Amino acid sequence: MAKHKQILLKNIREEGQHLLEKAESRGAYKVIRKALEMDPLKIIDEVKNSGLRGRGGAGFPTGLKWSFVPRDTGKPVYLINNADESEPGTFKDRLLLENDPHLVIEGMLCAAWALQSEWSCIYIRGEYAYPYTRVQAAIDECYEKGYLGENIFGTNFTHHMVVHRGAGAYICGEETALLNSLEGKKGQPRLKPPFPAVAGYYACPTVINNVESLSNIPFIIENGGEAYKSIGVENSAGTKLVSASGHINKPGIYEIEMGYPLMDFIEDECGGVRDGHNLLAVIPGGSSVPVMRAEECKGVNLDYDSMKNAGSSLGCAGFMVMDDSTDVVEAVLNLSHFYSHESCGQCTPCREGGHWIEKIFRRIAEGNGMPGDLKLIESLCNQIGGHTICAFGDTMVLPYRSFIQKFEKEFKERISNVLKGVEHERVPMDFQSELVSIGSAH
Amino acid sequence: MGFSISEKARQRLEELKKRYPKPQSAVMSALYIVQEEHGHISDEAIDWISGEVGLKPVHVLELATFYTMYRRKPLGKYHVQVCRTLSCALCGAKKLMEKMQERYGIAPGQVSEDGMFSYEYVECLGSCGTAPMCEINDTYFENLTPEKFEELLVRIEKEQPDLSLSTIEGKLGEGLSGCPKSEVM
Repeated sequence: MAKHKQILLKNIREEGQHLLEKAESRGAYKVIRKALEMDPLKIIDEVKNSGLRGRGGAGFPTGLKWSFVPRDTGKPVYLINNADESEPGTFKDRLLLENDPHLVIEGMLCAAWALQSEWSCIYIRGEYAYPYTRVQAAIDECYEKGYLGENIFGTNFTHHMVVHRGAGAYICGEETALLNSLEGKKGQPRLKPPFPAVAGYYACPTVINNVESLSNIPFIIENGGEAYKSIGVENSAGTKLVSASGHINKPGIYEIEMGYPLMDFIEDECGGVRDGHNLLAVIPGGSSVPVMRAEECKGVNLDYDSMKNAGSSLGCAGFMVMDDSTDVVEAVLNLSHFYSHESCGQCTPCREGGHWIEKIFRRIAEGNGMPGDLKLIESLCNQIGGHTICAFGDTMVLPYRSFIQKFEKEFKERISNVLKGVEHERVPMDFQSELVSIGSAH
Repeated sequence: MGFSISEKARQRLEELKKRYPKPQSAVMSALYIVQEEHGHISDEAIDWISGEVGLKPVHVLELATFYTMYRRKPLGKYHVQVCRTLSCALCGAKKLMEKMQERYGIAPGQVSEDGMFSYEYVECLGSCGTAPMCEINDTYFENLTPEKFEELLVRIEKEQPDLSLSTIEGKLGEGLSGCPKSEVM
């Protein structure tokens, strides 16, 4: 198995790493002391040079994002750590928050100094109750020790940190929906511009970064941007946490160096596909990226460019594996229920179109598909993508289109069987709550 | 009927309001606090929260219906949320759902006769590597099989552990002895 540099998971399996004393004995809060002696602009330069790209899924360069923050508005600057991890297939941030919260806090403090921000917030999804208690306990320890609050580490710098719990809305992972939610509103995305860097939380300059992105910052400051850039491949610097799940022998979270071959990852890290089965397909970046058939995975590497060239996306590396026992029609129906349930309801194409597509996938799965159904779905996808305020609509159509395109035979066969009078014995993958949804996004 | 809430809950909300640049940011915490004391969010609660955080009642109501973790009606003492999204579905979540129906004879959203259990199917809980799984109140139970799930339900019926996160105390319940609160490793 390839040896990968461990930046984020270096201490994650060490006993008591969530406690300040233990984390500090392994080097935590060493870098922030160094950072506080550095020129904040120099830190932004280092992060720019490092090539670090946002780990939440969009891959926007982190240093560049920081450099958009105006420094002379007289308004406070806010830093938000997006811990609303809700993308199906993704569970990496939870690991960091639970088991190395001080790494996350130190990364945030470094970012806060660079941005000259005196207030930051970790927006954590409501269901992450245990990680919430771990992070809050870590913050409490920091306040006690003088690592948070007034004059931290004996400097003139003041910084306060708050943990804010979401309440079950996937869309709050979208940065402007998150801001609305944090302002006490429904989590519905805002039109951009203005971008959050200019007018974010309560119309003040705001930077929103993913947990994993921020956790890379201490390494970059300690070793320099060049050192970070030397790991991984061109345009994809550093390491990446991959959340691996589905039909594999060893699901879990792996820190790999960018550019690692996808098939090696499945064979070595994931321990291969379940015994007695063959690989059918992979959704490599979380549910909102195009699915890849087994034969497309060969020769592809886990980095932004290689995945893009292969017609999919690294996203946030929520790596879901399906073996040949999977009914692809049921799989995409499962995802379509997710998207129709999680649409925030603000834009008509997404709110209505999402439900419509789910209904069509359901009738195909049930063996009641109609001859024009695939064209109808394509037409709906065209009406949703590009016609909504946020990227939810754009990304929802990616799995739909790719599933139909790459498994056309399966879809067509299911539909033509209806005409031939061939009874389809359905094996549903789960129960979708057409029944009742107790709470509902809209 | 008037609205009542403990002094402790009141104080906690005051403390949380001070953490933000504006008190209205604490509205989500206020909803959690009320839900914790009353089991659900009533119209009276919405009026009270509205006064506390300085938002219109209709605005607070909007939040109580938008966010799925807030309840407008009482649920079972133990509310079981079975994850139904892709990774869990691939790994057999359906069998857990069947167990739930079989054992309690109720549909999602209904409460068992003794008021002890209710359940629903929820979207991805970020536990895909330990699928299938469920969340009971605020505690995760991962790497389940139908058999393990049934044992778990039997134990909960008998031992009645605290599985909830208290916003007022800032603490997660003890959980079930011998069951880790997280298996993400």
